[in-house]
Amino acid sequence: MVGISSYGGYIPRYRLSRMTIVQNMAWYFPIIMAVSQGEKSVANWDEDALSMAVAAAYDCMSVKDRSTLGGVYLASTTLPFADRLNAGILATALNAPENDVLNADFSACLKSGTTATIAALEAVKSGERDNVLVAASDMRTTKVATMYEMFLGDGAAALLISSKDVIAEFKGSYSINCDFIDHYRARDKNFDYGWEERWVRDEGYGKIIPEAIKGYLKKSGMAITDFAKIIYPCYFTGTHRDIAKKLGIDPSKAQDNMHNVCGDTGSAHPLIMLVAALEKAKPGEKFLMCSFGQGCDVLCFEATDKIASFKGPKGISGALANKEALVNYQKYTKFRDLIVADLGIRGEANPNTSLTALWRNRNMILGLKGVKCTKCGTVQFPPTAMCVNPKCNAIREFDDHEFADKQAEVLMFTGDMLSPSVDPPAVYGLVAMDGGGRILVDFTDCDLGKVKVGQMASLSFRKRQSDDLRGFTGYFWKAIPITEGGA
Amino acid sequence: MAKGIKDKVAIIGMGCTKFGERWDKGADDLMLDAFQEALADAGIEKERIQAAWFGNCFDEVAVGKSALPASLSLRLDNIAVTRVENFCASGTEAFRGAVYAVASGAYDIALAIGVEKLKDIGYGGLPEFGSAMGSLTGQWFPNMTAPGGFAMLASGYASKYKLDMSEVKRAMAHVSVKSHANGVKSPKAHLRKAVTEDQVLNSPMVAYPLGLFDCCGVSDGSACAIVTTPEIAKSLGKKDLITVKALQLSLSNGEEFQYHTWDGAHFVTTTKASKLAYEEAGIKNPRKEISMMEVHDCFSITELVTMEDLHISERGQAPKDIMDGFYDADGTIPCQIDGGLKCFGHPIGASGLRMLYEMYNQLSGRAGERQLKDPKFGLTHNLGGFPLMNVCSISIIGHQNAKGA
Repeated sequence: MVGISSYGGYIPRYRLSRMTIVQNMAWYFPIIMAVSQGEKSVANWDEDALSMAVAAAYDCMSVKDRSTLGGVYLASTTLPFADRLNAGILATALNAPENDVLNADFSACLKSGTTATIAALEAVKSGERDNVLVAASDMRTTKVATMYEMFLGDGAAALLISSKDVIAEFKGSYSINCDFIDHYRARDKNFDYGWEERWVRDEGYGKIIPEAIKGYLKKSGMAITDFAKIIYPCYFTGTHRDIAKKLGIDPSKAQDNMHNVCGDTGSAHPLIMLVAALEKAKPGEKFLMCSFGQGCDVLCFEATDKIASFKGPKGISGALANKEALVNYQKYTKFRDLIVADLGIRGEANPNTSLTALWRNRNMILGLKGVKCTKCGTVQFPPTAMCVNPKCNAIREFDDHEFADKQAEVLMFTGDMLSPSVDPPAVYGLVAMDGGGRILVDFTDCDLGKVKVGQMASLSFRKRQSDDLRGFTGYFWKAIPITEGGA
Repeated sequence: MAKGIKDKVAIIGMGCTKFGERWDKGADDLMLDAFQEALADAGIEKERIQAAWFGNCFDEVAVGKSALPASLSLRLDNIAVTRVENFCASGTEAFRGAVYAVASGAYDIALAIGVEKLKDIGYGGLPEFGSAMGSLTGQWFPNMTAPGGFAMLASGYASKYKLDMSEVKRAMAHVSVKSHANGVKSPKAHLRKAVTEDQVLNSPMVAYPLGLFDCCGVSDGSACAIVTTPEIAKSLGKKDLITVKALQLSLSNGEEFQYHTWDGAHFVTTTKASKLAYEEAGIKNPRKEISMMEVHDCFSITELVTMEDLHISERGQAPKDIMDGFYDADGTIPCQIDGGLKCFGHPIGASGLRMLYEMYNQLSGRAGERQLKDPKFGLTHNLGGFPLMNVCSISIIGHQNAKGA
């Protein structure tokens, strides 16, 4: 049996109420008032498609062994690198194997998430490899006061495709591929260029998704009523409803398009919606997952008995529950680099990133690996050649030690107004890891006023530096203090 | 068995420029001014100096690499000049180099000079050091600034001694108020204005919980010392010699931020270096025997915690001693009598030598309206880097025949 053996989700903590956008920008383009319901998810300034994919992937793998991964597929239209395998960064962050694996990026189309999923399913089905992780993520930057600004949100989801311990069996797929251009984004452009909404609704979503679903039903001999949930993205809520009507889908079985809670997350959206559906799935229930972008992929899954006892990942519901209102619209525009604020002369320093040092230390920087002394058991970070225990000082007698999935306790911290930061003050401190070791880290997703010595924190893979001169994005891990009662 | 440096080397001349925003002068001018004062004080010709050590930290900013800036500025006679850099201990490192050279017998008279030209960078605070952290550290360290690095210590200290941050802040404020009061009487100091506790407590936040008045001045300046053997000093007609009693240096080895033992409420290095310095100087009870101190008050919390690491205040008792006025100008051990880094200013490479300059002047009875009564031993202390990874230097100087309590 081939199918999904685990899932994970990530929706960034900040949520921007669409009414906040309206209050700030409707003077410029009043039509945005028409879709002012709900809120959209907004990635923090130190997040991007890759970092969100890492978060979703860790959630997915929280109940699985990352060392057994046979491949890592990353789907997104907003990957940081045009030529450097982004899935390879994700795989390194996961401390996944480097040998006898096949990693790949799937990009340039909003159905890249489902296409990557099909590719993974077919690879596992072929027997060539097993345990392929598919992560889909998008963080699209939109111009202010546009419908895209209203509709689009940020997020990621991950699926583990395996031949064992399957919780949702893959039953088949059907794809339409056509060059329908509802929008496009040229290389080196920051923003989408979109065509008239009426045409996109009626000729795009309204025709291509139904045609693909009908194609699958015909191919499989199944009926639309066989499915517990039919999952398809469409940020026009009216059109989403009309598609259900057109196909005879009971409104309760059309999976919510999540416009109200996070907005459309691009390549990630079909997977995010599927994860949300799987969280509530019962054995035997069937699901259709569809995408939209230069065609449509349709995938069919059936929940197995194992789904009843499956637990571990926080999933989409867990990510949605961890939220903080972003009430300051200017802050959002600064996070997305839409307004020019001055970092000061102190912020000008821009050394290049040593790629030799990064290669030697990739497991430390991207995978947050330290070492554990085999002589005295001391865990330490960063991994240096001699054990830090003054009574031991053993030389290169270490085992690898992973920190990324462990919790930390805040030992000391500050909020620094002098340090150049997109979101001052820069909060950082020294944390003690569960199981040993200390790490000096930036803190993120936190409010200085709520940080305390002794507080627990989790770790999150984030952008550390953006070298705009050379186009290099550096990543490292940051601590997220856990505040009682969430957020 | 090594016996240490005690009384092997005497200081015969010192110089120090006015510290501050010296828009008028470059590093070469500042060095020359400090040097001229020291030469006049020593009463020797420049040609008698056989070797020099030059301390400077942010060489990239205004001075340039190597020891050439010192050799060129002072037109030294093609002698050996060595540049040393060890963060905020750079000035004291230059002094160590000169003192050890003389003590070894390699040279008769040596010069230690430190300079820093910080106000040529276009912004406040220390120069950004992101590009100077090395190829790996720069890829993961927080963009930690000096105030941020030391501010963390306040959270660790408050947590360890179960103090409300407002109590720590109040003691920190007294540290700054005291130094400002001292700075008023210090003509060469950068900041010479008294402040109140309320002003300190209400100053804008720089790095929680450090406000603007918890931070020292960032200044330009130079200071220097000429050292020789006590025998040569006497042959030059010097009386009441001021000799070096102890020179200690201690560096972190990673235990603070990599091992599990550090409490985040003290300086491991200072705790060790001060103990060794007292032994070297023959001091048994520093709280009784040390007459005065210039400690590295880069931030008020640094001074507060350092008082415990110097084994003068008991652990957890520094706030009480500070509030009791123990370290005030009229207290038991006056500290930062010239205003300290806080008010005299902190041109990094010059600071260690500036501290020695004040101790030397106090011991020589030349400290003007700041003059303390009969000081015997003066201690200086530098702390470079951050609480979790640092360089600590400690010097003790005193009258050649000074006896402990």
